Amino acid sequence: MFPILQVGPLAIQLPGLLLLAGVWVGSTIAEREAPKRGLSGEALSSLVFFGLVAGLLGARLGYALKYWTVYAEDPLGLVSLNLNTLSAPEGAMAALLTALIVARRHHLPLWPTLDAFAPGLAAFAIFAGLADLSSGNAFGAPTSLPWAIELWGAQRHPSQVYAILLAMAVFVMIRRLSRAPAFPGFLFLTWLALAAASRLFLEAFRGGSVIVLGSLRAAQLMSLIILGTALLGLHRRARLAMETEGGPRAEKVTPRQSS
Amino acid sequence: MAKPKASARETEGVPSFIARLADRRRWGALSGAILLVGLVWTGLSATAQQAAGGASPREGFTAPDFRLGLLGGGEVTLSDLRGKVVILNLWASWCPPCRAEMPALQAVYDANRERGLEILAVNTTYQDSEAGAARFVEEYGLTFPVPLDRTGEVSRSYLLRALPTSFFIGRDGVIRSVVIGGPMSETTIRTTVESLLGDG
Repeated sequence: MFPILQVGPLAIQLPGLLLLAGVWVGSTIAEREAPKRGLSGEALSSLVFFGLVAGLLGARLGYALKYWTVYAEDPLGLVSLNLNTLSAPEGAMAALLTALIVARRHHLPLWPTLDAFAPGLAAFAIFAGLADLSSGNAFGAPTSLPWAIELWGAQRHPSQVYAILLAMAVFVMIRRLSRAPAFPGFLFLTWLALAAASRLFLEAFRGGSVIVLGSLRAAQLMSLIILGTALLGLHRRARLAMETEGGPRAEKVTPRQSS
Repeated sequence: MAKPKASARETEGVPSFIARLADRRRWGALSGAILLVGLVWTGLSATAQQAAGGASPREGFTAPDFRLGLLGGGEVTLSDLRGKVVILNLWASWCPPCRAEMPALQAVYDANRERGLEILAVNTTYQDSEAGAARFVEEYGLTFPVPLDRTGEVSRSYLLRALPTSFFIGRDGVIRSVVIGGPMSETTIRTTVESLLGDG
């Protein structure tokens, strides 16, 4: 674990830097992917930018609402740089809503847009794994295997390394598939299925999983649901493609076709 | 297996994988198999309780125990404070952000002491001086205990990497939040303490 990069007098928090790098690489890839699908790269990057900003604002406001009596006395606390005073669900909601509004304004068709983001998302997952490796988050369950690493007072599975390797494999697969002609939604739904399957597999080696229903890992149940939804989506999109066109017309797909 | 329909469509120039995905039986068999494997894996990896185990300076783990001498005499042992919410703050008198957050800590302490809040402001004496710490405490009128980490033993066991660093410890002795760097605003401290005091 290597959480702080010391450059002279500057102590750089490596996990945050890696996540930022992941966002940058991911959105760059999405931007490049866009023209292949008849989309504007600029529209995609503004979607990422506004989504992130709204996500941060929403996360802070969501946190403040929970403790509004405290913030009412000290409204300046709203602009603090502290990352602990953020609330993830509200942030995700704000980011999603904003992304939807931006997408609508730029007339971005749903499925091709999601497809354009798939390789970028797969790339981001690699950086998220690197950030976890650097911070020691998402740590593994104790084990006596020869490749165990010493972390948080125990010999553990190097779960972050597993996650990085799998994320790289998924990225390569998605890159390959992105060149194949398919129906709109194919690439995104395939990425979603692969990501859910990865998490489902990896969670077994994690320590500190959230446990529900006695002994089951919540993340695995969630992944099963997402995996099932993605598979169902693939089926329905494939049927639609067969019915409407008698076959797909490669990448250039008319927006009105998306449902 | 059930090929005739799919192959009829394939002749229209549809890549075979799309035809297979669109075919209800083939898709159903594939998805069913995948989800079944997933379910079995979930069952295999079920685990009784994910107690984080040993003591470690991170969220979800028991706070590493220590016994230190206090500024002005006396001793404190962290594990004796079970049942109280504890803010463990590591600081030095020469560190500007540490200075900046002390009044906020004092204010939160005054407001919540009765409700079961304790603050241990551990001075990193091995890189500071006892006299400096004493002047600092007097200057800010701090009333919470100030343990002295003369050997650096506590800083090491808490993997101190930046000053100040604060650990918010629940009544059960488990670390609930770690704030590296500062200064924390009074708002941050109060909201975190509020959620921990509320836990019962």
